[in-house]
Amino acid sequence: MVKEIDAKIIEIDNEIEKIKAAEVLDEAQLYVLKRQRHDLIKMCKDLGPHDKVYLARHKKRPKITDYIENIFEDFFEQQGDDLGKEDGSIYGGIATFNGVPVTVIGHRKGNDLTENLKCNFGMPGPEGYRKALRLMKQAEKFGRPIITFIDTPGAYPGLEAETNGQGTAIATNLAKMSALKVPVIAIVTGEGSSGGALAIGVANSVLMMENAVYSILSPEGYATILWKDSTRSDEACDMMKLTAQDLKGFKVIDDIIPEPIGGAHINPKVVYKTVSKYIAKELSKYSKMNEDDVSKHRYKKFRNIDADYLKLL
Amino acid sequence: MKLNVGKIFKKKDTAEVKVIKLNDDNSVNAGANTASANKADKDSSAQQSNTEDDVTVCPKCKQEFKKQEVKDNLNVCVACGHHYVISADKRMKNLVDKGTFKPLKCKVEFTNPLNYPDYEDKILALQEKTGLDEAVLAGTAKIDGYDAVIAVMSSKFLMGSMGIAVGEKITNAVEYADRKKLPLIIFTASGGARMQEGIMSLMQMAKTSAAVEKFNNNGGLYISVLTHPTTGGVTASFATLGDITLAEPEALIGFAGPRVIEQTIGQKLPEGFQRSEFLQEHGFVDQIVPRDKMRETIAHILRLHSKRGK
Ligand SMILES: [Zn+2]
Repeated sequence: MVKEIDAKIIEIDNEIEKIKAAEVLDEAQLYVLKRQRHDLIKMCKDLGPHDKVYLARHKKRPKITDYIENIFEDFFEQQGDDLGKEDGSIYGGIATFNGVPVTVIGHRKGNDLTENLKCNFGMPGPEGYRKALRLMKQAEKFGRPIITFIDTPGAYPGLEAETNGQGTAIATNLAKMSALKVPVIAIVTGEGSSGGALAIGVANSVLMMENAVYSILSPEGYATILWKDSTRSDEACDMMKLTAQDLKGFKVIDDIIPEPIGGAHINPKVVYKTVSKYIAKELSKYSKMNEDDVSKHRYKKFRNIDADYLKLL
Repeated sequence: MKLNVGKIFKKKDTAEVKVIKLNDDNSVNAGANTASANKADKDSSAQQSNTEDDVTVCPKCKQEFKKQEVKDNLNVCVACGHHYVISADKRMKNLVDKGTFKPLKCKVEFTNPLNYPDYEDKILALQEKTGLDEAVLAGTAKIDGYDAVIAVMSSKFLMGSMGIAVGEKITNAVEYADRKKLPLIIFTASGGARMQEGIMSLMQMAKTSAAVEKFNNNGGLYISVLTHPTTGGVTASFATLGDITLAEPEALIGFAGPRVIEQTIGQKLPEGFQRSEFLQEHGFVDQIVPRDKMRETIAHILRLHSKRGK
């Protein structure tokens, strides 16, 4: 549904551009189009899981680079895993948030094809996860809270990634993150697929954007396993329970960050303000805790994450 | 041939185990080492109809053997050393000192977070067939006199996939080892995530890894033994977090499955890719240990850790 509406919005946007570029401005037509656009966006209510998958992957959806630029200040990028490679699919560094130094890490997909390729479409190899861990251990050393932004189709299933220990790299992140002595806030901003998402997601607070999705596997992958047919991904979406609302129900996430109607890309400025507020709120929860309590809090959270479903006989 | 585990383990232990039916007959047929994780699953179900047949063709050397011969050799081909899948019970029995195994009390009630159709039917049928409550058998035992906590995964139980129950049984074993200051040994065998449990399955990766890290920070010894196949979420969590990592020969070990990789890169994978020997070559495995040397190798490691260096 959203996909079709979005196609119409893009058509209207193109027409608006044409009108604006014309020598004589057709104001009347411009207002008609703007009204139509507004009405279309308003139709994006009661979204199904596959609509959310569409929005979560939307090209114009705010990305890690946008969040850093608009929420943080004084950003200093850090590259490399210190073991032999720089992986562009993980982006991060040091910045300040409301004047406090923090470490920011996230998946990076890139904004155009050149960037997409450089970032491997946001699919990290082990080097990306090791880079993320390097930044996290440094944050711990200097007492900086960590904020991660999750948006990945998954860890890259490639020859080199396997050869260099994809599994070991993810496992090490899960283990080391669980014991970090500084607060970690994770926000699933787009698609959070598989261990590739979780590898930067073992946080004290896990938040999700209203239209983000978080799952064991991509819906296409799930459909392939279930029916050997990746085109049935819409059906898979309905089964998987991957929306922010589902995950709040499972108590896998702590809170949902609201988005403007039609998705985050419709009004990114509002989104940055909202996300900023949520980060501040979560960080304040841990500011009074000592470092052992912060680490224990995170451990308990994941130890008991399935408590509602786990019944011992 | 159905055995009662009560006959193998000490009688007083059977109260906790109840009766575990040990059905070795499928072991020899199931899961050719050369097959991919998914194929292994198919093989095991496809070949179960031939259990009356007392002959097996080794998938590696293609020679015919009497099944009993292979079974008597720890499910290893007597000619080429091909390691067939082995049941969790049989593996445990061959690893530990006779009569010392005590199962840990951790039975998890069935849950179905996604309301996945027919999931409970599947679990109940597997429990009946394998005699296991889930894809892990965990307990304490002595190995050459050394006390240890041992968890053995079974690829015969939904491909050893990790859902809430598997994650809990592993975590419980790690925590028990931590509390009692015992060495921990885990034999992994898993196709990865339990798809039927969706996101709750993914969370088991964090839960188990966190427990291992806590155990690690408290100075515990963890020996991880990778067996065929170890893939997906288990590879990307507790399987690769051992202080010492052993592997059985030619086991498939990886994060992404071979077929997914082939589809992604659009080419065939080289021979031996993601096998134990390949992982050893790339620095992820301490030693490859054939099944008949596993007990003495683990005993050796335990001996070396029985006293702290100064
Ligand atoms: Zn053979």
